[in-house]
Amino acid sequence: MNETFEPQILAYCCKYCAYAAADLAGSMRLNYPSNVKVIQVPCSGRVDILHLLTAFEGGADGVYVAG
Amino acid sequence: MAEKENTQGKDVVGSVLVVGGGIAGIQASLDLADSGYYVHMTETKSAIGGVMAQLDKTFPTNDCSMCVISPKLVECGRHLNIDLMTLTEIEEVTGEMGNFTVKLRQNARYIDMDKCTACGECAKVCPIDTPNMFDEGLRDRKAAFKLYPQGMPSAFAIEKRGTAPCKATCPAHVSIQGYIALINDGRYKEALKLFKQDHPFPGICGRVCHHPCESECSRNDVDQPLAIRELHRFLADYEKQSGETYIPEITAEPRDEKVAIIGSGPTGVTAAYYLLQQGYSVTIFEKLPEPGGMMRYGIPEYRLPRDLLAEEIDVVRQMGAEIKCGVTFGSDITLESLKADGYKACFMAIGLHGGRNLGVENEDAEGVLQGVDFLRDASMGKDIDLGEDVVVVGGGNVAIDVALTAKRKGAKNVTLICLEKREEMPAWEHEIEEALEGEINIVNSFGPKSFYIDKSKRVSGIEFKTCSAVFDEDGRFNPAYDEGECQPFFGDTIIVAIGQSTNLDGIKEQGVAISRPGGLEADPVTLQTPIDWVFAGGDAYYGPKSVVDAVACGKEAAESIHRFINGLDLTDGRQKEWDFVKPEMGEEVNKPRTTVRCLDPDARECNFLEVSFGYNEEEAKTEADRCLKCGLCSECYQCVDACLANAVDHDMVADYKEINVGAIILAPGFTPFDPTEHKTYSYANHPNVVTSLEMERILSASGPYAGHLVRPSDNKEPEKIAWFQCVGSRDINCSDHSYCSSVCCMYTNKQTIIAKEHSEKELDTAVFFMDMRTHGKEFEKYYMRAKDEKGVRFIRSKVHTIDPVEDDNLSLRYITEEGELVEETFDMVVLAVGLAPNKESVDLAKTMGIDLNEHLHAATRTLEPVSSSRPGVFVCGAFQEPKDIPQSVMEASAAAATATRSLAKARGSLIKTKELPPEIDVSGQEPRVGVVVCNCGINIGGVADVPAVREYAATLPHVVHVEDNLFTCSQDTQDKMKEVITEHGINRVVVASCSPRTHEPLFQETIRDAGLNKYLFEMANIRDQNTWVHMNNPERATAKAKDLVRMAVAKAAFIEPLHQVRLEVTQKVLVVGGGVAGMEGALGVADQGLQVYLVERGDMLGGVAHKLRTTWQGEPVKPYLESLVERVRNHEKIRVLMKTEPVETTGIMGNFTTTLMTSGESLTETVVEHGATIIATGGKEYIPSEYLYAQNPNVLTHFEMDAAMDADDPRLSTAQSVAFIQCVGSRTVERPYCSRLCCTHTVKSALTLKERSPEMDIYVLYRDVRTYGFREELYKKAREKGIIFIRYNLEDNLPDVKDADGQLSVTVRDHVLQMPVELNPDLLVLATAVLPNENKDLFELFKVPINADGFLVEAHAKLRPVDFSSEGIFMAGLAHYPKALDESIAQARASVSRVMTILSRDSILVGGVVAEVDPDKCAVCVTCVRTCPYHIPYIGEEGHAVIEPAECHGCGSCVAECPGKAIQLKHFTDEQIVAKTAALFEKKKGEAA
Repeated sequence: MNETFEPQILAYCCKYCAYAAADLAGSMRLNYPSNVKVIQVPCSGRVDILHLLTAFEGGADGVYVAG
Repeated sequence: MAEKENTQGKDVVGSVLVVGGGIAGIQASLDLADSGYYVHMTETKSAIGGVMAQLDKTFPTNDCSMCVISPKLVECGRHLNIDLMTLTEIEEVTGEMGNFTVKLRQNARYIDMDKCTACGECAKVCPIDTPNMFDEGLRDRKAAFKLYPQGMPSAFAIEKRGTAPCKATCPAHVSIQGYIALINDGRYKEALKLFKQDHPFPGICGRVCHHPCESECSRNDVDQPLAIRELHRFLADYEKQSGETYIPEITAEPRDEKVAIIGSGPTGVTAAYYLLQQGYSVTIFEKLPEPGGMMRYGIPEYRLPRDLLAEEIDVVRQMGAEIKCGVTFGSDITLESLKADGYKACFMAIGLHGGRNLGVENEDAEGVLQGVDFLRDASMGKDIDLGEDVVVVGGGNVAIDVALTAKRKGAKNVTLICLEKREEMPAWEHEIEEALEGEINIVNSFGPKSFYIDKSKRVSGIEFKTCSAVFDEDGRFNPAYDEGECQPFFGDTIIVAIGQSTNLDGIKEQGVAISRPGGLEADPVTLQTPIDWVFAGGDAYYGPKSVVDAVACGKEAAESIHRFINGLDLTDGRQKEWDFVKPEMGEEVNKPRTTVRCLDPDARECNFLEVSFGYNEEEAKTEADRCLKCGLCSECYQCVDACLANAVDHDMVADYKEINVGAIILAPGFTPFDPTEHKTYSYANHPNVVTSLEMERILSASGPYAGHLVRPSDNKEPEKIAWFQCVGSRDINCSDHSYCSSVCCMYTNKQTIIAKEHSEKELDTAVFFMDMRTHGKEFEKYYMRAKDEKGVRFIRSKVHTIDPVEDDNLSLRYITEEGELVEETFDMVVLAVGLAPNKESVDLAKTMGIDLNEHLHAATRTLEPVSSSRPGVFVCGAFQEPKDIPQSVMEASAAAATATRSLAKARGSLIKTKELPPEIDVSGQEPRVGVVVCNCGINIGGVADVPAVREYAATLPHVVHVEDNLFTCSQDTQDKMKEVITEHGINRVVVASCSPRTHEPLFQETIRDAGLNKYLFEMANIRDQNTWVHMNNPERATAKAKDLVRMAVAKAAFIEPLHQVRLEVTQKVLVVGGGVAGMEGALGVADQGLQVYLVERGDMLGGVAHKLRTTWQGEPVKPYLESLVERVRNHEKIRVLMKTEPVETTGIMGNFTTTLMTSGESLTETVVEHGATIIATGGKEYIPSEYLYAQNPNVLTHFEMDAAMDADDPRLSTAQSVAFIQCVGSRTVERPYCSRLCCTHTVKSALTLKERSPEMDIYVLYRDVRTYGFREELYKKAREKGIIFIRYNLEDNLPDVKDADGQLSVTVRDHVLQMPVELNPDLLVLATAVLPNENKDLFELFKVPINADGFLVEAHAKLRPVDFSSEGIFMAGLAHYPKALDESIAQARASVSRVMTILSRDSILVGGVVAEVDPDKCAVCVTCVRTCPYHIPYIGEEGHAVIEPAECHGCGSCVAECPGKAIQLKHFTDEQIVAKTAALFEKKKGEAA
């Protein structure tokens, strides 16, 4: 792993809490690395193993589910 | 029902006014708007949300308060049938129930909500910092602000207190506070530009202004006024140093009309300055060789350097004015010649260049000079021989200028003689001081008598007579002399400087009207002379005044001339009153005025060097920092320029409205108690003593410390925190709030736990309290967890001394229960402040004409818990009584139901519906995606490269159209979007802008208006989750925006239209349970016009209420109950089925079918259809096995005691002593909940006994007295009456009850004496627990959940306290939790309101984002049945899982769990999510990694 390695992170966020929290981070202008991308889901319960595997298959270095 | 009769036969209005935008107001509004009533909602703040929005977490679930309330805010803000009016106050209410007329005042927001996109650019440029009260003042916000990030309406506001005194007093009305704020911010260019908006001479006035602003400066009330003049001088000096002069931009189109201005003094130049900005061409004619008028020829150079003067005048030349000097009006030019030259208007600003004579003998002698002539000659550099001794006559500023100029011109001795006493002199004090510094000899109280002349007829001196008084009794100038006392003064030159006059040579002849005091006559407002195209102003019009007055006059002249040329009304709207406000001054720290450095007096002689040095940058900032920001918003107008949406409007004024409503609901909330008066708690002077609401903000992730637990003084992480309970509650020493605030014990419990969670190190938390009142549902368990699992220390003691000690810590001293004095040091103290009444709501009550109780909360009766004293006006929330969120929500719904009882016939009459075009059928079409990328002003476009994102989007599959725009949400863009959809045949729309949470509904509405199904829409959040968080890295933000757009487009290719299905509803309701809750529910629904089936398994209606004697407020229950039963029995819409139980039920919300079985001689089956169900199955008294109950006849339960009282049981009259034991069966290991009502019941019974037999000894053995809310009054009264309260505990002090030959003996350790006491009560009353009635089968039948204690479980502990998670079923009364009668009534009515949100319409729309089962794939494994958190899926008769679209919540949990992939969640299908996920990782060719 070289020093310039930057992981690609995908986050599945519940629209009611974690997605709203990500918006709040925006309102408060809190910085975080741009290689985190968020996909909104209606509930963290909607997230299927299939989605996680698709992400890893595509090249995600980390996936998190927040809700 | 009396209320209902009132409106019969009258026109009732189908709308309701809801006052207050807290959670109670929100709930009431949503319920009303969803059940067919139009809602006018008002809120005094700029956003709704109330105190709940300020809270961090909510108990007992520790949910995030904001997460919970946020969807409700959005719903309320967007509801078609809620007219949300923020910043609005109620002015007047007339009319009566059914038809009120309400006058409202909506205060100016200064930001147009329709245009504001909440981007926040206005706040970024705002220079004003003011305490952020949403954060309880723990940090600052700007005057342009959004109350909080999630606030609704999602728009900024500008807070103004009014016009600042400086601006109001300044004749030119310069935004003084504004430029001072900008200086404070280091934005000098902007400050200067702002100044120059209203005044062309910052440098000139910075030297010579008489600054009336400073005399009104609020800082004057603290120490000294701000050096306002020096501050704008600093700006001019700063500009001069920078070498770059700001020239106002002429935005108006150039015009053909020419204007002539006579005189180049400040008035003339100012008029030119503003006329030029309007596009006119302007010529200034000046008689003297140089422009500037009196500024040049009257003010000495040592006060006003000539280079600066020339530069500031030159600005108008650079703007295009022509200045012609050496042109005399009256000879070189005339009105006639001007007219002939094509001038459309002429402005005479000729000044006062002549002196005034004394009118005494020999005044015409040689050596007698006129002050103005002398100053002019000196200015022109003429050689003047003054001799050695000069006498100046006059006491004004001109006289002093003359004296000081004479000194500089070589006079050795200058004597200034004036009529006035030193303190009466008209010259400004600082000028007099400068004269004294310049060794001018000032002689007061002499009036000139005659001049002495020598042989050559040259003046040699002047004789003075004593002036005994300058002004007469009326204060008019009318000098009185004492001729007996005269004194001669000798000099070589005498200069007379007693006033000015205008030179009217050549003017009179032209027909220009002449008058006093300046010489020219004109209209005082318009400055128009009797010759309509000629205007007059300046000193020549109003007499000698200052430069700033000239500026003000020049501005008015320019306005009049503009109006005249354009044929507009000259007077319309001209006479503005300038009122000003002053801030409330607390203890303001003294900050002395920054002194101005000046040329040493010795260095001033014989030269005209500028005396004052002005401020340097540091001095200017120090001085600017003294400003008290009187107006709050400084009117610096930076926001106007910053707002690309043009939403800022500083000229907005309050809007007065009148509305018509059928009922009014008041929910104005409360104010947290201000503990400043509690001097011993050091709240006001110690930063680490905070209120509980401050603690909420400290803990909040969006609070001042971003959720990091630190203390205010030094941002150190605390290791020990103490909470003090009952601050401003149960306290009549330091507050007048004798009541209990009901919620503080629980929020403290919660704060201790959350604080521990937030703390990285071990946190010691100690709670100092009197009684722990955790009487709500699941509260007791929470308390036990805090105590036993989390190690929170609960100390039953009142801290008597708090001493600030070193390191910003606090040392507390208190006495333990065992009597030991303890001293402990804490890092922080949290005061658990009570819920105090609002000043606002007290005023509101007055306007509404409703009664308040002694605690200044709305007066209500227990049996009508949400009705105020005025029919048609209802109350809910903490305004009624301090209470927690679920109780507020419940009462809000109850108020909605009660308010609309009498409006039922107008239901639906005022609601708005939207006409929609038919939907375009897109089935079978290839996706044609349109992508709109938003710049959001500069919020997105200022960081990411929007055109690049747009172009990139064009390369993505299926994209047929791309565009970007400044604001996608603006109305014009929305209209354009509709056109574009049609034009390009777009069938999927992607908007890359802000958050779908706030804007998706809006865009969906737009595409629906264009005929597309609203689900054919997808959003990419490239603002909130991109440019706002990556603003320091534009390249990456651009790349991420592309990624997000690619993901959205990928999903868009797979999205499908979803169709909601219309489902007819059965407008009938089944109520299970015939107690008070069931009957109130039935009656409420029936009064709304719906059929009700009320089933009761017993043979009597009324339930446990039959055993109640009175409410806690003393209202008898029996008459109420009898009337209720009668009304239920006789209501045409209610069918009562006694001895009946539901045995079977099927169906979904809106369409249930239930089979009822009635027992009797034979079983009868009735099948009913209904759209909703209310479950009110009640509760009962616990039958104790403790304390010799049922063994000794004198041991009674509460109900037995009540019955004994009713029956006048002889034991009561003979008993000398009665004891009560609390918590029998409650708060135990088996039943770890508080039964909520027993403490109040005990105290009430004890008081009744005491009333009957005042000599009776009464003992109450308790654990914590939980007389919450106003019930505390009963407890207080009980103690006053001598009822003895002895505390016991379960651990080591359980009461020991024995029976010695029938005589009861109770032994318990007294907590005060710390000794065992033995009581021998004649009667022992056990306050036994409240249990839910056993209804296991019934609850299973309806599939409604119960908790471990057997009580029904609501859908959400805070915001859905009467709903089940299964739609269409509601609960009320004791089956939910122990509660008093008023709370049962409220909950029952709340259930009515909730029912009406479904059944007020004939049909409901179901479906949309719901799960759908593919029967072919279903293996009937019941995984979905087990997974669903709402218990919706079931296995249908066809042999596969069924998920009713009307019931499904759309969470998709079953979809993820289904092993056979037999379920898909619409709009979030695997295909769609996978496409979106995969798209993130697929890079387009040529894209960098």
